[in-house]
Amino acid sequence: MVKKKDLSKGLPDPSALMDEIMAKYPTKIAKKRMKSFVANDPSEDQEIQANVRTIPGIITQRGCTYAGCKGVVLGPTRDIINLVHGPIGCSFYAWLTRRNQTEVPDGGDNYITYCFSTDMQDENIVFGGEAKLKDAVREAYEIFKPKAIGIFSTCPVGLIGDDVHAVSREMKAELGINIFGFSCEGYRGVSQSAGHHIANNGVFKNVVGNVDRPRAGKFQVNLLGEYNIGGDAFELERLFEEAGMTLLSTFSGNSTIEAMEYSHTADLNMVMCHRSINYIAEMMEEKYGIPWIKVSFIGAEGTAKSLRKAAEFFEDATLTAKVEEIIAREMKKVEAVRTKVLPKTEGKLAMMFVGGSRAHHYQDLFKELNVTTVSAGYEFAHRDDYEGRKVIPDIKIDADTRNIEDLVVEKDDKLFREDLVAKKAAMLNKGYAFSDYEGMMPEMSKNSLVIDDVNHWETEKIIEFYKPDVFCAGIKEKYVVQKHGVPLKQLHSYDYGGPYAGFEGAINFYVEMERMLGTNIWKMVDAPWKSEPEIVGSFAFND
Amino acid sequence: MLLRHTTDKIIERKALTVNPAKTCQPVGAMYAALGVHGCLPHSHGSQGCCSYHRSALTRHYKEPVMAATSSFTEGSSVFGGQANLLQGLDNIYKIYEPDIVAVHSTCLSETIGDDLGQIAAKARTDGQVPEGKHVVVASTPSYVGSHVTGYANMVEAFVKYFANKTDRLIKQVNVISGWVEPADMRELKRIMGLMKIKSVLLPDTSDVLDTPMTGKFEMYPKGGTTIPEMVSMGDSLHTIALGEECTTLAAKALDNKCKVAYTSEDLPIGLKATDRFINTLSKIGGVSVPDSITDERGRLVDTITDMHQYFYGKRVALFGDPDQLIPLTEFLLDMDMKPVYIVSGTPGKVFEKKMSAMLAERLPEAKFKNGPNADMFLLHQWIKQEGVDLIIGNTYGKYIARDEKIPFVRYGFPIIDRVGHSYFTSLGYVGGLRLVEKMLSAMMDHQDATCSEVKFELVM
Ligand code: SF4
Ligand code: SF4
Repeated sequence: MVKKKDLSKGLPDPSALMDEIMAKYPTKIAKKRMKSFVANDPSEDQEIQANVRTIPGIITQRGCTYAGCKGVVLGPTRDIINLVHGPIGCSFYAWLTRRNQTEVPDGGDNYITYCFSTDMQDENIVFGGEAKLKDAVREAYEIFKPKAIGIFSTCPVGLIGDDVHAVSREMKAELGINIFGFSCEGYRGVSQSAGHHIANNGVFKNVVGNVDRPRAGKFQVNLLGEYNIGGDAFELERLFEEAGMTLLSTFSGNSTIEAMEYSHTADLNMVMCHRSINYIAEMMEEKYGIPWIKVSFIGAEGTAKSLRKAAEFFEDATLTAKVEEIIAREMKKVEAVRTKVLPKTEGKLAMMFVGGSRAHHYQDLFKELNVTTVSAGYEFAHRDDYEGRKVIPDIKIDADTRNIEDLVVEKDDKLFREDLVAKKAAMLNKGYAFSDYEGMMPEMSKNSLVIDDVNHWETEKIIEFYKPDVFCAGIKEKYVVQKHGVPLKQLHSYDYGGPYAGFEGAINFYVEMERMLGTNIWKMVDAPWKSEPEIVGSFAFND
Repeated sequence: MLLRHTTDKIIERKALTVNPAKTCQPVGAMYAALGVHGCLPHSHGSQGCCSYHRSALTRHYKEPVMAATSSFTEGSSVFGGQANLLQGLDNIYKIYEPDIVAVHSTCLSETIGDDLGQIAAKARTDGQVPEGKHVVVASTPSYVGSHVTGYANMVEAFVKYFANKTDRLIKQVNVISGWVEPADMRELKRIMGLMKIKSVLLPDTSDVLDTPMTGKFEMYPKGGTTIPEMVSMGDSLHTIALGEECTTLAAKALDNKCKVAYTSEDLPIGLKATDRFINTLSKIGGVSVPDSITDERGRLVDTITDMHQYFYGKRVALFGDPDQLIPLTEFLLDMDMKPVYIVSGTPGKVFEKKMSAMLAERLPEAKFKNGPNADMFLLHQWIKQEGVDLIIGNTYGKYIARDEKIPFVRYGFPIIDRVGHSYFTSLGYVGGLRLVEKMLSAMMDHQDATCSEVKFELVM
């Protein structure tokens, strides 16, 4: 067994480790990578380099713009046909691999289990693919009669000049259903993040606000940036319903296009994954006056805090009382399990490198288990996700960011909620915070090592240095890390477990960590004879 | 219903693919390159492709799958990816220290028109490739062919680059393997061993994608065909190419370059295809077949005769890759099963030719289709029209199997919800026995779970 570091006096200064990592890189690369490393000091404003291009040749965790657009944001909505325009692979790999669960009512549409592609062939690349795309849309309509079709561009599409937006408009007019396109070619941005932005723009332009409907409840809210991996959204839907808040629309876990269409009738937007969805929150505020708050339903404490915050907004005694009742009841269950698993988890070390918000949110769950996060970072976040939204005005706009359309949003005179604007002002006076994301770094301990877009070489070195008890990342990293003898928890797919959101989710995660941190199997890696002295002279039957 | 929109009404499609029975070239190129020792696959394009291909292979093998990418920007998409690849190679050799970098293209770099051969040559002259290290390139656009094509292209590239003819003849046989599992590669080597034939197997993913847990990560595991082995292929007596779609390119290239003649055989799946493989080995190696192999064959035939009643007349739907489907169809026919529906998204004439030859007489009602629009949606529609007793294919088949309550055997790529495929062979007579066992278990478990209590059997 590896000897553990003594962390009783706090985390070790990681400077030497950083130098050792950089020593392997060519000088220019070292200089660039060093800016993405921070030895954290929460008492200071530290800057980290993020959302910059991955260096060619580097083995990165990152995916592409298309993955962020089609896979992450639009993937979980069940009744839109997501037609991928491109060669077959891009659509194939995004087919069901993100585990977005959905509950379909009888007779409802569900295309999540299907994979649609124009399967471009070389003649389409040479002569253009628009004709084939139109035929594919017509065929999809004829066979499935969907409510809506989204068209997603993959890398070759932009280059050969196919105009998915023009095709969408034409087909929309011809078929009479909502059809919209996304220019989310993989190379458009630095990572998945560009795809989130493109998806936000497209959904805002083509979907949000299409359907007005009368109020369905006294307290109407949307949940943004919750993708129902492993059933997380079901947990939260249950909580909101019990509390008496009407969850109009989730972007986009367990969602339908209709729910998004009337999402503009909400009173409050709650943002879970800030990175992937803050754009829609901002645009909805500009156009409809709906304020947004940052929430996190990962971790029991975070769940309680977020529920309270949402309830507080409505300033309603019954709602507040109900929320408190739920929290008190659920916390009792949570506490019972937490106390039971603590002996297995107490004092252990964790690392997490994943996504654009989970590497932050999951630290809360680990804290509840008295597990220290020694190092963390995001795969595709921006500086504001590390340092807080206060740095947004200072973020350099580079060519990659300029690539993505910044929608000009105008106030909708008819639907704009002046009442919400007034309410926001009044609440602000009372110290209630809106549009408030402080980022990951202020909440991490001194000397914890923050790394943006961590790569394979760096992963090996930090494992060697910290010898963590659990490492959180994705499928590509899973077995690499485990071969080092360190268990890896996937925080994209949850290793096919979960849900981990809400109170029930916290309990599930505690139990999962009890399993992962408590198992004896890692002690059996070495064969027993490896520690025996070599046997000389033998009775083996030689021939 | 999981696939609630699928009905038996078939509307002809020419543009839309739904639920494909194929994926794209580079993932095949990546897999093939992992079967070469000390080799790091490199994806020349945007990083998304590489990420997807690594993820797909990782989910299937549950092992580390290392590969690098050129991480294209919008700029590279306009001006070409040469600068990215040059910088990429420089970084790779300095940071990850492979002996070989196997570069494959993607749709993006192909559409731009990057010339990989020229860029690799420039990298050599400019010094991005250290002395004694190698860059092998393969063009793998996914708007041509499928993952199978990518595998074939990469294997061909290795042969072209390394195989070398000298004036000394080596008494060994080259075996170029189609896309099979690490356990299958191991089995091929075991069979050669039993036949006492010295051989070089290319590629060879055993001990690469089925490595033991040791507590130590190896970037380049001990398995994989080595450089000296690949070089020596030019001096071998003969080449056996297993699986036409995956291996003909490489076998031909070797013949052209080094005048090593080849014999093309089906992958040894099932009885007759294995018979042919063993026969060929025996002839080419000039060795007689050892009793141990004859006994293995006997055990397979014995089991089929024992259990024949459970196979007879059973209707089967298959999807996957031509090289597997062809011998598998033959095997099912030989057991008196009825492979009534067969689809493969992989285009190419081999499938059509061999399937017609087998099925026209023995099972004229069989429907089979490959290439564009030959997808799992079509297969499912056929099943809706008239049901089957068994489905064989990759993990995606489980959605049809559950909806239609049909027994299901996982076979092919990817299998991402079960283990075993990478550890237990389905090649040769031993592998045939495993296939037989899997099919029987699936069908008999189904019978046990669904028959009436009156008809419930203790002995089967
Ligand atoms: S762009 Fe081409 S190579 Fe990349 S994933 Fe898509 S089909 Fe495959
Ligand atoms: S081709 Fe482009 S869109 Fe498709 S997976 Fe690759 S990077 Fe992403």
